[in-house]
Amino acid sequence: MIEIRNIHKTFGENHVLKGISAEFKEGMCNLIIGGSGSGKTTLLKCMVGLHEPEEGSVIYDGRDFTRMNFQSRIEIRTEIGMLFQGSALFDSMNVEDNIMFPINMFTDQNHKEKLERANFCLERVNLAGKNKLFPAELSGGMKKRVGIARAIAMNPKYLFVDEPNSGLDPKTAIVIDDLIQELTEEYKTTTVVVTHDMNSVMGIGENIIFLHEGKKWWEGSNKEISQTDNAELNEFVFASKFMQALQKK
Amino acid sequence: MIFHPLGKYILLLKAVFRRPEKWNIYRREIFHEMVSIGVGSLGIIAIISLFLGAVTTVQTAFQLVSDFIPKSVIGLIVRDSAILELSPTISAIVLAGKVGSSVASQIGTMRVTEQIDALEIMGINSPGFLILPKIIAAVTTIPLLVIISIGLTITGGYIAGTASGAVTAQDFITGITTDFIPFTFTVSMIKAVMFAFIITSVSAYQGFYTDGGALEVGRSSTKAVVISCIAILFTDYVIAQLLL
Repeated sequence: MIEIRNIHKTFGENHVLKGISAEFKEGMCNLIIGGSGSGKTTLLKCMVGLHEPEEGSVIYDGRDFTRMNFQSRIEIRTEIGMLFQGSALFDSMNVEDNIMFPINMFTDQNHKEKLERANFCLERVNLAGKNKLFPAELSGGMKKRVGIARAIAMNPKYLFVDEPNSGLDPKTAIVIDDLIQELTEEYKTTTVVVTHDMNSVMGIGENIIFLHEGKKWWEGSNKEISQTDNAELNEFVFASKFMQALQKK
Repeated sequence: MIFHPLGKYILLLKAVFRRPEKWNIYRREIFHEMVSIGVGSLGIIAIISLFLGAVTTVQTAFQLVSDFIPKSVIGLIVRDSAILELSPTISAIVLAGKVGSSVASQIGTMRVTEQIDALEIMGINSPGFLILPKIIAAVTTIPLLVIISIGLTITGGYIAGTASGAVTAQDFITGITTDFIPFTFTVSMIKAVMFAFIITSVSAYQGFYTDGGALEVGRSSTKAVVISCIAILFTDYVIAQLLL
């Protein structure tokens, strides 16, 4: 479980996060949703240590990440897997080397064991046999899947996913969502997904946090989200014509 | 105004020299960078050095019109100019353009495409992994390039001098073998090491703190070259003042 307490983050004059507290449960897809500029990605980056919050704490199973020094953070970071919005694959490495990179860095496995693990991860994301392709040769959806394969290479306890469906067609987006949910259940990871995609919200949102103007505005599940009387959340959820039609129905 | 970036640069260097996670992976990266920086720059350094030597010989001969000055002085001037200034400094400025812009744009692109964030999330010391191999590769290969450059500058001078009739082969060889002070070579190597460090660390700093997109990567690359060149010339003056 990951717990965040009273997170504040400011960029210059811009107070982006205004005291956010929440719990992200183990073995569950926890979604952070909200409009553009609401602070979703900033919150995610504060959680993984890419941004330092001015106030508040991030606690990984009782371990206060925000008070740790660089060396102690490494231990937690080896338990984290993250899929970035643009996949962030290393351009100079092929698919296989991308997946094997964290294993090379933090384990003493021999080449055969590392290759087996890389092949297993690739099979898991339905990309078996694509080992020697370079990121430039992959489609957007394939890049995301390789990103997921790299994220699970070290058997993470915590999986962070930033905008998994951006730039993908609806069918591929569902494949990625399903994959995230399957992996969460399979490895019992604490998964945190930042998204503004309503398909993801309705599909995998077991625990949802809605951010608005840098504050936690609402919390619940995908079953509760369409019945809420929260005006800002309704405006967000039913912004598209498709969702409006669905609401009328 | 200068103190904030200077402080950030020093803090970045502190992170660069943190203990590597795994030496064998760093070693592989160092060899890869040695090929990229050293072997990859050999061609341009060779061409520039040959022409620098040729031009220095022809211009020195043009200015030495007095009958009281022996022609062998041309060889001596070409040799000392090559060792002390032309090879280390001009090579460094050329390398600031070639290697510096490449380092800044490579690291800058990694920054804007979140590849550096990905390294950080994995628990890897990204400044160390990305910058240390480049610095080590540069401080080992650039002095070797400077040694090659010295040889080629003198060769270029010899070819141009003898081909144009400005100096005889005998006079040129007498010049380059007369009154050689070995300390000038030491100064040249000190310059080469310092310039190599400046080129890679300044360019890496510019790339590492790139913020934005493709436009900013281009800006970082340009700034890396400009600041490296100024820092090289300033360091050149300081070393000359202190050691000569």
